[in-house]
Amino acid sequence: MKPLLRVDQLVTEIGHGADALRVVDGVSFQIAAGETYALLGESGCGKSMTALSLMRLLPDGGRIVSGDIRLGETDVRALPERDMRRVRGGQMAMIFQEPMLALNPVIKVGEQIAEALVLHQGLRGQATWDAARALLDAVGVPDATRRLDTYPFELSGGLRQRVMIAMALAGQPRLLIADEPTTALDVTIQAQVLDVLRSLRAERQMGMLLITHDLGVVAENADRVGVMYAGELVEEGARDVFFSAPQHPYSRMLFEALPRPGDGGRLTTIPGQVPKLDDPMRGCRFAPRCPFAVARCRDESPDWQAINGQRVRCHLAGALPARSAREVTTHANSTQTAQALLQVDGLKVHFPIRRGLIQRTVGHVRAVDDVTLSIQAGRTLALVGESGCGKTTVGKALLRLIEPTAGRIVLGGETITAKNVSTLRRQAQMVFQDPFSSLNPRMRVAGILLEGMDALRVGAASERRDAVAQLLRQVGLPDDTGGRYPHAFSGGQRQRIAIARALAVSPRLVICDEPTSALDVSVQAQILNLLKDLQDSLGLAYLFITHNLAVVEYLAHEVAVMYLGRIVEHGATGDVLRAPCHPYTLALVSAVPRIELQTGPGIIRLAGDQPSPLNPPSGCHFHPRCPHASEVCRQTYPDQTAVGGGHWVRCHWVAGQA
Amino acid sequence: MNMQPVILWTDALIFALLAVVLALVWFIRRQEHLRAPWRVVAQRPMAMGAALVLSVFVVIGLLDSLHYRAQLTDSPADKPQYSVEVLSMFDALVDELRTQQEKTYSAPLAMQLYAKEFVLRDGETVRDYPRLQYGGAHLKHADARLPDIARRSLIGLAQGLAASLLLFCLLAVWQSHRTHASLGTWLTAWAGGRLDWPGRMVVLIVALMLMLGGALAHLAAGYHVFGTDKVGQDVLYISLKSIRTGLVIGTLTTLVTLPLAIGFGIAAGYFRGWVDDIIQYIYTVLNSIPGVLLIAAAVLIVQVYIESNPDIFDTAAARADIRLLALCLIMGVTSWTGLARLLRGESLKLRTLDYVEAARAFGVSNARIISRHIFPNVFHLVLIAIVLDFSGLVLAEAVLSYVGVGVDPSMYSWGNMINGARLELAREPVVWWQLGAAFAFMFTLVLAANLFADGVRDAFDPRLGGRR
Amino acid sequence: MFAYILRRLLYAVPILIGVNLLTFALFFVVNTPDDMARLQLGAKHVTPEAIERWKVEHGYDKPLLLNAKATGSAQLTDTIFFQRSAAMFAFEFGKGDDGRNIGNEIRTRMGPSLAIALPVFVIGLLVNITFALLMVFFRATYLDLWGVVLCVVLMSISGLFYIIAGQYFIAKLWNLLPISGFAGGIDGLRFILLPVLVSVMAGIGSGARWYRTIFLEEIGKDYVRTARAKGLSEVRVLFRHVLKNGMIPILTGAVVVLPLLFMGSLITESFFGIPGLGSYTIDAIQAQDFAVVRAMVFLGSLLYIVGLLLTDISYSWVDPRVRLQ
Repeated sequence: MKPLLRVDQLVTEIGHGADALRVVDGVSFQIAAGETYALLGESGCGKSMTALSLMRLLPDGGRIVSGDIRLGETDVRALPERDMRRVRGGQMAMIFQEPMLALNPVIKVGEQIAEALVLHQGLRGQATWDAARALLDAVGVPDATRRLDTYPFELSGGLRQRVMIAMALAGQPRLLIADEPTTALDVTIQAQVLDVLRSLRAERQMGMLLITHDLGVVAENADRVGVMYAGELVEEGARDVFFSAPQHPYSRMLFEALPRPGDGGRLTTIPGQVPKLDDPMRGCRFAPRCPFAVARCRDESPDWQAINGQRVRCHLAGALPARSAREVTTHANSTQTAQALLQVDGLKVHFPIRRGLIQRTVGHVRAVDDVTLSIQAGRTLALVGESGCGKTTVGKALLRLIEPTAGRIVLGGETITAKNVSTLRRQAQMVFQDPFSSLNPRMRVAGILLEGMDALRVGAASERRDAVAQLLRQVGLPDDTGGRYPHAFSGGQRQRIAIARALAVSPRLVICDEPTSALDVSVQAQILNLLKDLQDSLGLAYLFITHNLAVVEYLAHEVAVMYLGRIVEHGATGDVLRAPCHPYTLALVSAVPRIELQTGPGIIRLAGDQPSPLNPPSGCHFHPRCPHASEVCRQTYPDQTAVGGGHWVRCHWVAGQA
Repeated sequence: MNMQPVILWTDALIFALLAVVLALVWFIRRQEHLRAPWRVVAQRPMAMGAALVLSVFVVIGLLDSLHYRAQLTDSPADKPQYSVEVLSMFDALVDELRTQQEKTYSAPLAMQLYAKEFVLRDGETVRDYPRLQYGGAHLKHADARLPDIARRSLIGLAQGLAASLLLFCLLAVWQSHRTHASLGTWLTAWAGGRLDWPGRMVVLIVALMLMLGGALAHLAAGYHVFGTDKVGQDVLYISLKSIRTGLVIGTLTTLVTLPLAIGFGIAAGYFRGWVDDIIQYIYTVLNSIPGVLLIAAAVLIVQVYIESNPDIFDTAAARADIRLLALCLIMGVTSWTGLARLLRGESLKLRTLDYVEAARAFGVSNARIISRHIFPNVFHLVLIAIVLDFSGLVLAEAVLSYVGVGVDPSMYSWGNMINGARLELAREPVVWWQLGAAFAFMFTLVLAANLFADGVRDAFDPRLGGRR
Repeated sequence: MFAYILRRLLYAVPILIGVNLLTFALFFVVNTPDDMARLQLGAKHVTPEAIERWKVEHGYDKPLLLNAKATGSAQLTDTIFFQRSAAMFAFEFGKGDDGRNIGNEIRTRMGPSLAIALPVFVIGLLVNITFALLMVFFRATYLDLWGVVLCVVLMSISGLFYIIAGQYFIAKLWNLLPISGFAGGIDGLRFILLPVLVSVMAGIGSGARWYRTIFLEEIGKDYVRTARAKGLSEVRVLFRHVLKNGMIPILTGAVVVLPLLFMGSLITESFFGIPGLGSYTIDAIQAQDFAVVRAMVFLGSLLYIVGLLLTDISYSWVDPRVRLQ
């Protein structure tokens, strides 16, 4: 079969002269019609640049240095710009990661789609609108006629990405390039969008280049997989073969770094980080981080080698030791104590909405609405939910970074009021999501670590300097870190600094707000291991706020699932994730793309989006999306139903079954 | 000659400002994140060329800020009396320019007055252009003027060129010694623009300025290079004296603006709520009053105050100086709102960042959060605002002087020069040199400032990708 | 929407009161009527009687804030503050030193001011945007580089120079247009051309450079890449996508000065002899006619506040994301 797209020895550089960075270096692959080819890699490995090179849409200063790109019979590199414009959108189309930014904010959705239709299909007038509506129908946008007349900001994230897809389809492209199409979306929405993409590809026999960092997404969607590292393709193969036997050490370690159900022990981590492109590179680019590297790897760049249908660039291909089975252990429950370190009762955070002439309060956004939870010393409670469910607000309200509207917080036996906030601050600290915005770029690391000790007067002033060195060692950073500024560090190292900062005042509870969601898989594993070690050695309790269920399974003892400001299910991690009761938890768990082939019950797809907390649905907040909703769900909010072992749910349907 | 130093208000402030700048330089040298953008500035040819030109202006301005009163020659030694005229170091350096005063207008490089007068020639009274007292006085015939001008310019240019060549040789030897390279390698690197600083531009600008200075010096020794004004004063001298006024307005006004803008802007953005309401109210009120009118009102008040308290200000210079200071103050008070608004917006954004939340989680006090987290992260905006505002203020001075609410009419300033010359445009032939000189000097200073400001902004403003 | 405008208008009242108090303080408290009289009379004629006479003539002989001699409400109303400052809220500006009614002057002089300011505003906006778009279209080429340098040079030239050079070359030397003056109707066009041309020229440097920055910022955004990925041509991307977004800050930034156009331009009007509010103001400043200056301060503030309101309304107009509440 003739391939639809053939890329041969593509080299792309950004910048000029001696400063030029080689972001794509000698990448070759092929995609057939109707096939999904996944380009897998961590941030900065050049996968997006590969896609932009294909479209010839490189940012200013970027250019294709050499290589061959053929779409069918067309030589893409040789086309004059005028003809290239017909290829863009017409032959190959692209959808981008962030649908809010990728759509023009001030042009109506319908017009943005129509623009492509007019350009590539030559439609005019009413025919354009009909075609645009048909496209929106095809990508599963409900109420398409009305949506055509809206602006992007009026749509939810999932709908925006569907509009993006509709726009890409307008030119009836033969190849669809999807650059991290679901990374910015919640997991239930991600499942919807991936479904759309899969069915469209099958329907229209398009080739698809799927760019992602998520092994799960690859496993569920791709036919073939290419792994990129530092600008190079290092391994390529059919999905099934790749997932059963990855050949490159890097691919293998990616798998092992991924937290998976049943993990109890430590995750395998890849030491170091992805090399910067301006570093001089000799030999195999992965050699500095590779545990199997031999002298040859450091001098000589490996060539492609074929191993049972896979291609791999590694000197040791086929000679690597067999993958060891991962140990499956269960959590030791020995540390359980009766006394709760943190007890929260009826926590509410309502933000007033003011309207009208005198800014009267006309309503409240119930960001957190009656949350009750407790954490014991040395244990981890995971607070799970999709964006906008109020989980971060819970964390901030606990630390009184946001003033709670109501509720009682008891920490270490002491009720926290406005008067003894400093007690709270010595006992509970926070680690934030974005390691780039959580460290002041204008302060040295030592200053950052000293800040909390100074403010809370921890220890004698003379001892604090030594404490800084001790903290840095504790989180695995070199001693000279203290004198440097944050910009000298990578995301993972910054997150270590942020953890050290929280530990500086020796808290007993650390609230971790998505501490690994901005990190690459290999770095995520390092941080998760660190958190676990610290818990073991210091007896810390964690409130772990996350949307990533895999991480929860790895780290948490207990889970609370939040939906629209309320906890809908709570229990031990194993119980909740392996035997979820609430329809929402069920959907959430099944929506997570898994590496293992799905067994058990079929995938549950949720319809629609999470409603706004400004005006939550009456009765059970979840009923508009719930497949089991009945009349009572529309009327009253369900009470707790215990299902055994401290596991409870708020659901009429479950209560009815019991 | 004995003298009594005089420290005018603006002198004191200028030298205070100089001290602040030097302290800031010392501070910046120790802060990597502040030093790095400055290195970027130093690598830009345009910015460095502009900085050199600016530095010449600054040196003249500083020399002109060292004031004194000379001792009267006939005063007794035990009880010295001093002249009422306040002079500066700069005046002392260019004494000839200052004292060689003609009767009225004369064109640039002329040897005769602009207007005809009755002169006694060969015992007869005839109406003719009289010879100047100083300008071209060394010439016997009018025919010798052009060759003499050409000769002087050439000598000046040649001397400037020689001086720059000498300097360049010294530079080359020093640099090649410093970098342990051979002279030839360094020279080829310089010529190819491969140094880590814009060597070619710096050398070019220095050479140009030396040659221009040489030519000017030689010409000024025998002529009024830019002619003379209505009362016969050398226009070159007036233009040079105006530099200080321009610099004072451009810098001292910013000095007044900064505390207001930084204090109010950050407070409004950080505290929000009623603090924000009050500050926004203040700046909406100030903003809503047309700036010129507010300045006019304030200047009139100062005028009344000076006139009703003549005993406080003993010299004309002191009176003019206090009005200049008042002008800076009032322009500062009216112009802080723009920067304050920018800082408010930025602080609003910064206060929600995680590192500020982290500090609040430790219970760090507001004052400390502002000084350690907010201020250092808006500092680059302050810096950009300082350099960007400078040129606007210099230009504003001319307009205000025209409206009649600028600096004291007795003060040397480009605005006053333009204002005085504007009315003479109707004359035939046109008296253009005063206007021309004022505009040319102003243009040079403002252009240099703008180019320098561009370099600074590009290096500091992350949005334009200047920051690494 | 209606409630929003109403609220904003109510918000304007304290600001106007603030302006009023500030000007009152500047003109009457710091600088008492006695000082004004002295300044107006000149050093030679200052006698206590002359000062009193001047104050009576100009109506400044009353107490500032509280008239102890009067009774009842007149204690408050028969004062300089009430009659001179508070009266402005009723648009009672009183008389200038030349005896003419300021309100009438304002009404008759608004027309000529607008005749200059409005064309300058509209043409300037168009020219600057065109120039900026050209630079953006040729971005990262020498054309763009020299365009920026030209902008910096243009904005480094004093505004006075543009006027003087324009008058000298175009009017005096080449006799193309009258040097100054004003006439109504179509005949007035020849008087308007030169000031408009000169003012537009003077604004190109800073205006075009600023707009260029706005457009460049837009062009770096993701939606532009999407538009290109659709296969749109660069011209269409620029005119349909970038321009539409870039115009939001440009238009709303321009709207705030729209009402202030009534005030005219001080310098231009006085150089070209336009009988507008700008030259009226500058004459008042030079003649130290405080009544007129105060009236103009009040009018200027009022128009500025209207401009702020218009800005907000125009935001909701051009940017679908903004809703007024």
